[in-house]
Amino acid sequence: MLLETRALTASYGQFRALFGVDITVAAGECVAIIGANGAGKSTLMRSITGVIRNEPGMVLHRGEPIGALSSAEVMKRGIAMVPEGRKLFPSLTVEENLLIGGQMRKVPGPWNLDAVYELFPILRERRNNSGTALSGGQQQMVAIGRALMSNPELLLCDEISLGLAPVVIRDIYAALPKVRAGGAAIVVVEQDIGKALAVADRVYCMMEGRVTLTAKAADVSRQQIHAAYFGEAA
Amino acid sequence: MYKLTTRTRAGTATAIAVLVLILAGLALPAVASRGAIQDLFFILTMLTLAQLWNLLAGYGGLVSVGQQAFVGIGAYAMFAGVILLGWNPVWAILLGGLAALVLAIPTAFFAFRLQGAYFAIGTWVIAEVTRLLIAQWKTLGGGTGTSLPREATSNILGTDLIRALFGVREAAARDILAYWLALLLVVVVTGGIYWLQRSRLGLALAAVRDNVEAARSVGVDAGRLKWAVFLIAAVATGLTGALIFLQTARISPDAAFAVTDWTAYVIFIVVIGGIGTIEGPIVGVIVFFVLRSALADYGSWYLMTLGLIAIAVMLFAPKGLWGLISARSGLHLFPVRRRLAGPKIEGGN
Amino acid sequence: MWLDTLVQGILLGGLYALFAAGLSLVFGIMRLVNLAHGDLIVFAAYLVLIGVTLFGLSPWLAALLAMPVMFAFGWLLQTAVLNRVLGKDILPPLLVTFGLSVVLQNGLLEGFSADSRRIPAGSLEGASLDLGLVTVGVMPLLTFASAIAAIVALNALFYHTALGRAFRATSDDVVTAGLMGIEPKRIFAIATGIAMVVVTLAALYLGMRANFDPSIGPARLIYAFEAVIIGGLGSLWGTLAGGVIIGVAQTFGAAVNPEWQILAGHIAFLAVMLLKPRGLFPRAVD
Repeated sequence: MLLETRALTASYGQFRALFGVDITVAAGECVAIIGANGAGKSTLMRSITGVIRNEPGMVLHRGEPIGALSSAEVMKRGIAMVPEGRKLFPSLTVEENLLIGGQMRKVPGPWNLDAVYELFPILRERRNNSGTALSGGQQQMVAIGRALMSNPELLLCDEISLGLAPVVIRDIYAALPKVRAGGAAIVVVEQDIGKALAVADRVYCMMEGRVTLTAKAADVSRQQIHAAYFGEAA
Repeated sequence: MYKLTTRTRAGTATAIAVLVLILAGLALPAVASRGAIQDLFFILTMLTLAQLWNLLAGYGGLVSVGQQAFVGIGAYAMFAGVILLGWNPVWAILLGGLAALVLAIPTAFFAFRLQGAYFAIGTWVIAEVTRLLIAQWKTLGGGTGTSLPREATSNILGTDLIRALFGVREAAARDILAYWLALLLVVVVTGGIYWLQRSRLGLALAAVRDNVEAARSVGVDAGRLKWAVFLIAAVATGLTGALIFLQTARISPDAAFAVTDWTAYVIFIVVIGGIGTIEGPIVGVIVFFVLRSALADYGSWYLMTLGLIAIAVMLFAPKGLWGLISARSGLHLFPVRRRLAGPKIEGGN
Repeated sequence: MWLDTLVQGILLGGLYALFAAGLSLVFGIMRLVNLAHGDLIVFAAYLVLIGVTLFGLSPWLAALLAMPVMFAFGWLLQTAVLNRVLGKDILPPLLVTFGLSVVLQNGLLEGFSADSRRIPAGSLEGASLDLGLVTVGVMPLLTFASAIAAIVALNALFYHTALGRAFRATSDDVVTAGLMGIEPKRIFAIATGIAMVVVTLAALYLGMRANFDPSIGPARLIYAFEAVIIGGLGSLWGTLAGGVIIGVAQTFGAAVNPEWQILAGHIAFLAVMLLKPRGLFPRAVD
């Protein structure tokens, strides 16, 4: 298994955010994690990427424990993150933002500056702009491109549609199949159920720090999701 | 019946012990040697400065590296009162507090525009500027400094009484008077800070230190609170400075505005003892004095040791020695935490 | 006469910019307030002095050899001590570096006594250059040129290398930098190491231009800090401007009355702070 969490728990001080979460992601797979605000999705991402450190065995990469590694160590194993809120570096230009994504992990793969510019042509025009001078959608493209620059095995996308106009969301989601074609597995964390189901093979629904539904994206019914998402009887 | 209280058994015991200690301290000159009184004077004044810096940094979040400005200006104002105005030195001490207040207002106006590290350096620069300006004051000796005139030191308020009471010489009587005033100052300052912490103002202060925005949103005026704390600390630091140099009777800009003596030592005392508590500076000043006595013959090794201990404390026990003691034993001699007191609640956990 | 004072002041500003460049670098990247910076300059000056007096090296070679030593020292200091106390609260690093300042000062006092020392600079001492309108000392001119060279080099590193990119990214956002595979603590250690290399250069000129003793560190720290703050957080050219402002204020103050030299520099700083509390050319956001 490419990535696995086993009975993953996490807390902020006294407040417990995750209560034993088990998810798996196979190589090349696209998995959606959906849930309302505060369901624990972002905490799950932060735990996987080492922003929150856990016990080693709670997160496994190809069967090896990585739960206690730092963000940098996790990233160097090929798990790249598109953080919630884009988080571009304001002191860096667009191109520098892209370059920094790949400079600490240099492995052969489909992604480089040219490939990213081909995926998002507008970025080539804006390459010398400050990252923060871009529109929200363009910033999101930079954030995705930045993560791709390391040629990851697994791309984690945290709320990439948040705050964007529908037409922009469509453009960004259109890029994900191309990312998969490059061989990377993808995890999309979303509040937008429709978008998530459209791209994913499988879906996990979370509520109050627990996984409440695991299903194939093609089979799942609206009622099932509704129940898992809001905790109401189907 | 439930009520919020800060009272604990250890707290009550402390109150009694403190009272006994104060009374013993007052009576001490009857039996103690002049050297012991001088040592105690040193300890008490350093403790006062430490409590005041702790009030600024530990409670108020105002990390000043420029408190020597107020020690110096207080001391010089006292000298000016005696030499230029012919005041009795004891009353001139009050002039020291006033001068510190006058300096503190523009200082605060300037320094509060600066954040964090900028604030620290800003206060330091103001202290330097004050030192350099005072060094231009030729009437008070300029850069080399001056001494209190003999007719003033031989004639300090209350020394006659002390001489009669303990049968000591004039110089020793001056030490005893200074010691009593230091005792008064440390009790008032420590008591004042303790009272402040237990009052609503203290709660507001803690809120501001933890989160200025949040405190503002619940109606705490952080700006006014910082002003109040800064000015109070400045006045008391000025009084302490005046008292210290009343006892030495000799002053120079380098001594009165010494960053090592009045800020470095003081910071070390607070850090080693435990920042943000009343007990911390008390523990710190004891450690400081013991180290000073033990390493007195080794010159600069003493300061090096002090610096190394302070670094080690910050690295391994950021809450200081008192933090360690308190965590082990759960002891709070000066309880400030509000607890719910009343019959035990059944069924809870 | 006034032109001469102005030129001397600008050149003096070069020295202060050298004092400040390392501080600016560290402050800009990790918001670390290193109160021991001045003492580290003095420490490096003694290191160069040892090279010159004990091994008979030329000051330039001694400084060149001291640079890697100081880099290692900075790297170690950051890794072993400062990284442990960096955080949201500015108090712990402030207090630790304050402790370090006292330790360094007294360690140097123990090792080298309180006597004034000077790094012998041979024929350069007192040499001057006639530029027509003004005559300037070769040493101040070299100092100023070195300050510019150091800033150009640091800026090249900052804006044209992968390491510099990592510096800026870490300065912007430590958590996201980690997600890019950057270990912020390693970046901090390298930054402090580089700052110590600049400190060594500053120390060379400090020691060649005038006498020094273990106690003069804190005053250099204040000048350096004033230059950094006047210039604005994270801008090295701003730091040079800050150094020049203090230098010019000091020479003009001294021209009026020698006792006002230091005072005039501080007052210039206070004036700038009153008008522009974030400095003249702020780059990064706090």
